[in-house]
Amino acid sequence: MSTSQVTAEFEKQVDELVSHYPVSKRSASLPLLHLWQETFGHISDEGVDWIAEKLELQPINILELVTFYPMFRQEPVGKHHIKICRTLSCALGGADKTHACFKKRIQAEGDDHGPLTSPDNNYTVEFVECIASCGTAPVVMIDDDFYENVGEEKVDELLKKYD
Amino acid sequence: MAAAERRIIFKNIDSPGYTNDIDCYIENGGYEVLKKSFKLEQQQIKDEVKSSQLRGRGGAGFPCGMKWSFIDIKKVQKPVYLICNADESEPGTFKDRQIIHKDPHQLVEGMIISCYANNVKLAYIYIRGEFPHGARILERALNEAREKNFLGKDICGSGYDLEIYVHRGAGAYICGEETGLIESLEGKRPYPRIKPPYFPAALGLYMCPTIVNNVETLCNVKHVMDLGGEEFSKIGKPNNTGTRVLCVSGDVQKPGYYEFECGALTLGELINDICGGVRNGNGLKAVIPGGSSAKVLRAGEQYKLKEKQADGSMAEREIGLEDIPLDFDSLMGVGSMAGSGGVIVMDDTRDMVECLANISEFYAHESCGQCTPCREGSLWMKKILGRMANGQARPEDAGLLKNVADNIAGRTICAFGEACSWPVQSFVTKFRDEFESKAERKKLTTV
Ligand SMILES: Cc1cc2nc3c(=O)[nH]c(=O)nc-3n(C[C@H](O)[C@H](O)[C@H](O)COP(=O)(O)O)c2cc1C
Ligand code: SF4
Ligand code: FES
Repeated sequence: MSTSQVTAEFEKQVDELVSHYPVSKRSASLPLLHLWQETFGHISDEGVDWIAEKLELQPINILELVTFYPMFRQEPVGKHHIKICRTLSCALGGADKTHACFKKRIQAEGDDHGPLTSPDNNYTVEFVECIASCGTAPVVMIDDDFYENVGEEKVDELLKKYD
Repeated sequence: MAAAERRIIFKNIDSPGYTNDIDCYIENGGYEVLKKSFKLEQQQIKDEVKSSQLRGRGGAGFPCGMKWSFIDIKKVQKPVYLICNADESEPGTFKDRQIIHKDPHQLVEGMIISCYANNVKLAYIYIRGEFPHGARILERALNEAREKNFLGKDICGSGYDLEIYVHRGAGAYICGEETGLIESLEGKRPYPRIKPPYFPAALGLYMCPTIVNNVETLCNVKHVMDLGGEEFSKIGKPNNTGTRVLCVSGDVQKPGYYEFECGALTLGELINDICGGVRNGNGLKAVIPGGSSAKVLRAGEQYKLKEKQADGSMAEREIGLEDIPLDFDSLMGVGSMAGSGGVIVMDDTRDMVECLANISEFYAHESCGQCTPCREGSLWMKKILGRMANGQARPEDAGLLKNVADNIAGRTICAFGEACSWPVQSFVTKFRDEFESKAERKKLTTV
């Protein structure tokens, strides 16, 4: 990612976000990281430097956020990011089976604890913690979209939607 | 016969034809309470909230009026901020999501009234990062409110100015702890702050007095001002006023969210009458009554519950799990807590070691790492439990787990220390046999 890809439109969105924090620009760090990741897919070193400069901070002030907050990533993931809740109510509802089924269908391999990406880079499947819909377990998010009661039988249909 | 639902906060949620835009909200009487409130002195609103006895819905159940009273708007020299805690991350809790998605203006109206009462000119809604649609819905709702001059300059001709912005978190549970939340909103890692000061009302956002309230609490403020504090306090029980949104999940036939007057319903009625009983025809084994941090209750347990009588005297009665009234004081009285309202039910086919291993994995993942007992202890509890669940349990593990947990609670910067220890302490104590025999049982089943 090169900063030359930062467009005027992007800058406009940045300025709007910064204006929400009239007391301290530093408060805009998280919003700018979200915007960067939504636009460019992940937080590159350039992203860290660019945001730090914009907010008149040191790069470490931004990098320490990227490494702490689970939603920010320094590496790209597959085209579609499938997040499956693994916390208690979803586990009682069969989240393990849902995860295993997604993993098999996208032909990902490896340890279930981290993000697993399909060989064609189209999908990444990952266990996450409670996403506040425990009454409709198991719960899955694909990119920004949210799905309830996702048993194994719904996996194929969902994957087709994101083909 | 179980009491009927009483929907105040969820009155319009899921009702046919109700949409989350401002026109629908106004057609249903929305923003009338706000207009009414602007005719009152700020202190009068604070007095109403105090007399309502409203308690916080975020977890700790702290009286809202008392929290607000720490800020004297006549004396305070610095700007006052208000933050709505919409981080909703306590496992088992899913009520704020519904309010945000389906009735955002109820929250916005409650927030504007709360801001006006405390002379707040700038407020934020801190919403967890995993609610991207929720954030967009709230942003739209705030824009709609701005267009109608419920926000911005000289709101409804009152001379009062207010701006509210949405701020998204990024996947860390600890951002729900109010001082961690404030650090996060300042653009830092969400490390909870050392206490004292105990309340952000003393020192909060940008080192200024700050009020942090949960989504449901702020919605309740609207209804307090609608009914009046005295009238509101008649709903529910003394010191446990208003309604409670209960989020039921796990092994029941009909999981979901239900709203009842505080204390109007027992845990048994909730599970059996409202939620259709335990699923798959199984028996009840255990219930976590207030989000995963609350101490577990075991079926068959007996409790001695002290209750205040109508004449003010105290009386004690012995009850079982199914007879526990669902309110703050009763759940505290039986050694657990009402917490965030998340009720997680486990049936008698469940292995308690596995259930606790699952919960402990959550806390190990979410510890912010500032305090050694919490950072190391949560990780060790997860490792021990993971090993036990994987068929390598040792007879001494139960004692070891209890020992680790006992050395975390009370020795940390924030209440996460208790949140991660209470499940371990209560599971191990109440299901001691199951933990101690795990070593043998695994051998038996693998033969
Ligand atoms: C570890 C931890 C996590 C918390 N998570 C939340 C949360 O997700 N939402 C919330 O409203 N309160 C949460 N709280 C409670 C807040 O610190 C705070 O007490 C609450 O937002 C105050 O609002 P209330 O008085 O209206 O309940 C959490 C507390 C702790 C210790
Ligand atoms: S108790 Fe745990 S979560 Fe809270 S500040 Fe200490 S390390 Fe962080
Ligand atoms: S446990 Fe999965 S959404 Fe809460």
